[in-house]
Amino acid sequence: MSMDSSGMIRAKSPRISELRRLIKVMCNRVVVVVGIGIIAFFILVAIFAPMLAAHDPLYTYLESILNPPSGIHPLGTDQVGRDVLSRLIYGTRISFLVGIFGVTIAGTLGMGLGLVAGYFGGWVNAIIMRCIDALLAIPPIVLMMAISAILGGGLFNVLIAIGFGMMPTYCRLMCAQVTVLKENDYILVLQTAGASSWRIMRHLFINAFPPLLVLITTNLGTAILMEAGLSFLGIGILPPTPSWGAMIYDGRRLLFSNPILSLAPGGAIMLIVLAFNIVGDGLRDALDPKLRGTL
Amino acid sequence: MVPILEVKNLRTQYKTESGLVKAVDGVSYYINEQEIVGVVGESGCGKSVTQLSVMRLINSPGEIVGGEILFEGQNLLQFKANGPEMRRIRGAKISMVFQEPMTSLNPVLTIGQQLIEILEVHLGMSRKNARQRVIEMLDLVGIPGASSRIDDYPHNFSGGMRQRVMIAMALLCNPKLIIADEPTTALDVTTQAQLFELMKSMVERFKSSLVIVTHNLGIVARYAHRIYIMYAGRIVEEGSCKEIFRNPRHPYTIGLLKSVPRLDDQEGKRLVPIEGMPPDLIQMPSTCAFLPRCSYSIEQCRVEPWPELRKVEGTKHYVRCYLKTEAWEQCRSHSATT
Amino acid sequence: MSMPDELILEVKDLKMYFPITRGLLKKKVAYVKAVDGVTFKIKRGETLGLVGESGCGKTTVGRCIVRLYKPTSGQILFNGKDISSLPENKMRSYRKNFALIFQDPYSSLDPRQSAGNIVGEPLKIHNLVKSKKDYQERVEKLFQSVGLDPSLMSRYPHEFSGGQRQRMGIARALSCEPSLIICDEPVSALDVSIQAQIINLLQDLKEGSLGLSYLFISHDLSVVKHFSDRVAVMYLGRIVEITTPKKLYNNPLHPYTKALLSAIPVPDPDIEETRKRIIMKGDVPSPVNPPSGCALHTRCPIAIPECKELVPLLRDVGGGHEVACIRVK
Repeated sequence: MSMDSSGMIRAKSPRISELRRLIKVMCNRVVVVVGIGIIAFFILVAIFAPMLAAHDPLYTYLESILNPPSGIHPLGTDQVGRDVLSRLIYGTRISFLVGIFGVTIAGTLGMGLGLVAGYFGGWVNAIIMRCIDALLAIPPIVLMMAISAILGGGLFNVLIAIGFGMMPTYCRLMCAQVTVLKENDYILVLQTAGASSWRIMRHLFINAFPPLLVLITTNLGTAILMEAGLSFLGIGILPPTPSWGAMIYDGRRLLFSNPILSLAPGGAIMLIVLAFNIVGDGLRDALDPKLRGTL
Repeated sequence: MVPILEVKNLRTQYKTESGLVKAVDGVSYYINEQEIVGVVGESGCGKSVTQLSVMRLINSPGEIVGGEILFEGQNLLQFKANGPEMRRIRGAKISMVFQEPMTSLNPVLTIGQQLIEILEVHLGMSRKNARQRVIEMLDLVGIPGASSRIDDYPHNFSGGMRQRVMIAMALLCNPKLIIADEPTTALDVTTQAQLFELMKSMVERFKSSLVIVTHNLGIVARYAHRIYIMYAGRIVEEGSCKEIFRNPRHPYTIGLLKSVPRLDDQEGKRLVPIEGMPPDLIQMPSTCAFLPRCSYSIEQCRVEPWPELRKVEGTKHYVRCYLKTEAWEQCRSHSATT
Repeated sequence: MSMPDELILEVKDLKMYFPITRGLLKKKVAYVKAVDGVTFKIKRGETLGLVGESGCGKTTVGRCIVRLYKPTSGQILFNGKDISSLPENKMRSYRKNFALIFQDPYSSLDPRQSAGNIVGEPLKIHNLVKSKKDYQERVEKLFQSVGLDPSLMSRYPHEFSGGQRQRMGIARALSCEPSLIICDEPVSALDVSIQAQIINLLQDLKEGSLGLSYLFISHDLSVVKHFSDRVAVMYLGRIVEITTPKKLYNNPLHPYTKALLSAIPVPDPDIEETRKRIIMKGDVPSPVNPPSGCALHTRCPIAIPECKELVPLLRDVGGGHEVACIRVK
């Protein structure tokens, strides 16, 4: 075989890595960049909370209960005299913990089950998917309330509740992806080469993952919202730990006299959920093969 | 003879993420009455885009940026792509048979509904007369039991039968020109033979012209009167069928002929591939686009721009190449020795 | 040097029926008889071409041999050992002996693996490399053997053209040094000028190896004839004729072979003018409900009433030319 021809060894097009293309497409949209900015801001706040917060979020200034915003307490104090801004800042940590770990639990469980169901098919698929259908039949908030009610409140139990509540969607999507992907010739090649099921599933997972990235991004926001919901209902994060949802709950009676108590955490929740959704949408568009080549 | 279709310096481009793709870059050709013309080239050479341009079926991000398409004395480019004038021409005077018969028919309507509608719209026939004509036409293209099958849906037909329906559809309004874009690539060889025989007899019967767009040299050798060879968005060679196959002149044409296995090849004969790949249509060189793959290039090819199509003296053969007659002889005989 | 008469593969009366199921309980209502009694042999170093139209079962034959499907019945003797019903764990050690090259160079390469990983993965599966360095060297050599620059190893499939991707598929097939490669339409998806490159590459690889055999599956008789030492023509799940390419072209005996040959145009108008054309009637019948007797009798120009009843068997009509037709003397 002659190797001399330069055309034969030349690649078809200049090299553009998938990741760089993705970043390029995403950054071309102002909204998406703003979304990423908001998320980055909250992440920094969560990391540097001890430095940013001027007060201990748990300390009760008994002399200044329900103070209006002032130089010392920029967002005022609540009904037991805690600094609202500091609680808001520390609440960011809880929100991110819940978001990240909740989605990790849901994703690992859901994608794992979906992969197994899709790959093996047949009765394995039937059993797993019927269970998932049963879970999907219950509204997630009811499911999570039931889990929280049984296990009780607290961060760990909230994570489990959220994980289970969001898991079915991951399982469904993964299973659908894998069912389609496993018909590809490259999977047949692996089979004929004698690859183990484990190896083949690894290949399937890598290929099925990108579309799920969109779900993961938007779900980070959803998980934060769910934690707030559970805490608002009183079955989430236990007081006095600062959680945005619990803060709204605490402030609800004083909505008209001291609206800042509910509006501040409510605004934070809205902002972060919106940001995650925008970035998720941006990702979806960037990953859409139909939009490839237009830009 | 006055040609029924004359395309002059057609240019069609696509805007993409990586740049401007000059899919068709200055193509001129003509089709005479009752002529079967083959347009041959590999994928991405612009052969299909040229035909879609003639039909004014280029959609965004594609755009026809220049040239003239003269059909019956009118320049089709003066009309709006979806305007009433084009609609009157498309399907009635020029019709097209596509590669994929499954996607060219609407799956939720019966064959009859789709074909009758064409007659009602274009020729203003009554439903009853139209139905009668459709049955005749289906019968003519060899669909058994046409009077009952007219009420079947596309999925009730096999691939070959569906393509027969497409041919019937293309012929309905007795068009002047039929464009068949790789009409049998998706079908089996024996079905392919059936369909080409059918198309040939049909255009003879209806006195239409036929353009066969294909990558298959055998098909044009069998059916075409005249041939255009396309490469990288341009026509590189034109001539009568016999002339092209007996005396191919462009090194690309010669290369193509040497690289395809033939049924009548001697045993143990080795194919001579064209090394390398077609050029990137985004970064087209100003010199001959085939130059990087050409083993016969001369100094002139490397310094001067790609020449226009020029007539080979004493023939009706046109070629876009600087080489002289002796060089072509050498180029062709090379094939015999390898 | 190849040993002339050593059989590498022998397929005996292979049948592969796919059930068509209906309803919740997956009741089997009918069978697609994709392969219905196929027998052939491949010698070491030989290329057998398997040609036929879509739905004739040629791809299924290939996939049965590599045991992507478990055959309904029949024997597949690989080096004299029947592998048709081996359980998967015993099958695994045989798998490095044969490889498959697919038609579609796009779907046959994992888009998220680098070119090097794709080509070298079988080596890892069968633990054929001792060290990372050994692996690297082996993959580099494979790249070179198919005419690809080893520096492209870290690139991803979408950065390659169709022809280059098919080269990667070939390199992967060669990785475990198999003795049989099944090529399933390896050039059909490629452009004309690239096809010849791949065909020549496959030929060179065979000549440069010790007794590599090919089963070359294609619908294109011109390519099969060019490439093979012997050609088997399939129609509706059965082989109707096996012979050398030369005899097949000069003296086809089965009416289906004749029609197939005449359907393929030769790129030469002078020859085309003199060729006789036999146009087959109708379409290929469904393999769910194939015609009785000789499957071709519904379309055959020389069929007689007996053809409806008798299933013709392959028989030698001299010089290894086998044909399954009762009208052939």
